[in-house]
Amino acid sequence: MQTPLLTFILRHGDRSLVLAQRLLEYITRSPEIEEDMALSNIALDLIGQSRILYTYAGEFEGLGHDEDHFAFQRDPGQFLSPILVERPNTDFAHVIVRQFLHDAYAVPLWTRLAVSSDTTLAGLGAKASKEAAYHLRHSSAWVIRLGDGTEESHDRATSALEALWPCTEELFEIDEIDAELFTAGVSPDPTELRADWDRTVNEVLSTATLARPAPPAPAVTGGLSGLHEDDFDRLIDEMQELARAHPGVNW
Amino acid sequence: MSAWPLWEVFVRARRGVSHVHAGTVHAPDAEIALQNARDLFTRRSEGVSLWVVRSSDITASSGDDRASLFEPAEDKTFRHPSDFELPDAVSHM
Repeated sequence: MQTPLLTFILRHGDRSLVLAQRLLEYITRSPEIEEDMALSNIALDLIGQSRILYTYAGEFEGLGHDEDHFAFQRDPGQFLSPILVERPNTDFAHVIVRQFLHDAYAVPLWTRLAVSSDTTLAGLGAKASKEAAYHLRHSSAWVIRLGDGTEESHDRATSALEALWPCTEELFEIDEIDAELFTAGVSPDPTELRADWDRTVNEVLSTATLARPAPPAPAVTGGLSGLHEDDFDRLIDEMQELARAHPGVNW
Repeated sequence: MSAWPLWEVFVRARRGVSHVHAGTVHAPDAEIALQNARDLFTRRSEGVSLWVVRSSDITASSGDDRASLFEPAEDKTFRHPSDFELPDAVSHM
């Protein structure tokens, strides 16, 4: 049985890593090579965040596991990332809207974690909040350009927003783990995160002339408990293929 | 061939020095050009300030103009600082 803190660390490490893996799948398919560069830079920031969290998970767990263990030696069902970040790269609008809905959450999360009672998480929060602020600047700039662009870009942005919207509820799910860590001063108040997220999302969608979808019924959840969608096993298998085929390999 | 226009990128390496031309990026508008320039040219702490300008907004001299624009300067050696004696009190020149 995992302690609440270990679960929290893995959820956030997995969120960053799975989103990075999705972004890296998209490289060479962006509209221009400049955007491939932008998305791969974002992915590298996300991988950096997950490395810090996995290293911390290994120290905290005390079983001698390093960062590679958590990335490459766990089964798909052991990944605790929200469904939103595993959603496929259907088109550029899906990639950008997914990134935007995530970044609007990541900025207040890391900013508030910077004052966590846990010094490792506080240090990561201080570093990652600056990275996330840039990611949000990039993704919101593109949401505005797609939404307020051509008829086709507006339609594609609307489709992406409606497809991904049901996955946003999970970001703010509160279970006993969040309740315990929040009470201990480790993690931010999920209701405050939600208020920040709503403010950012409303402002950007309005500028982008995109309608905010109605609250999802039902919400798509399960990722935080290891229950993922159909394509998740393939995504993780591909990420782990080299490490699993050549145990202990260095590259 | 890119569908996006070309932008010239200038990076100021640190305070007190001029912006220096670093290269070009494609982007649909100025804000995205700035972001693309950041991702290509300043990811490793190379700069403290970025300029982007549409390449089409730059007026450049052409190779044919070389003789009339630049060569007349060659026989005016008095324009070079080597013709002037530097007082000992002046340092850092």
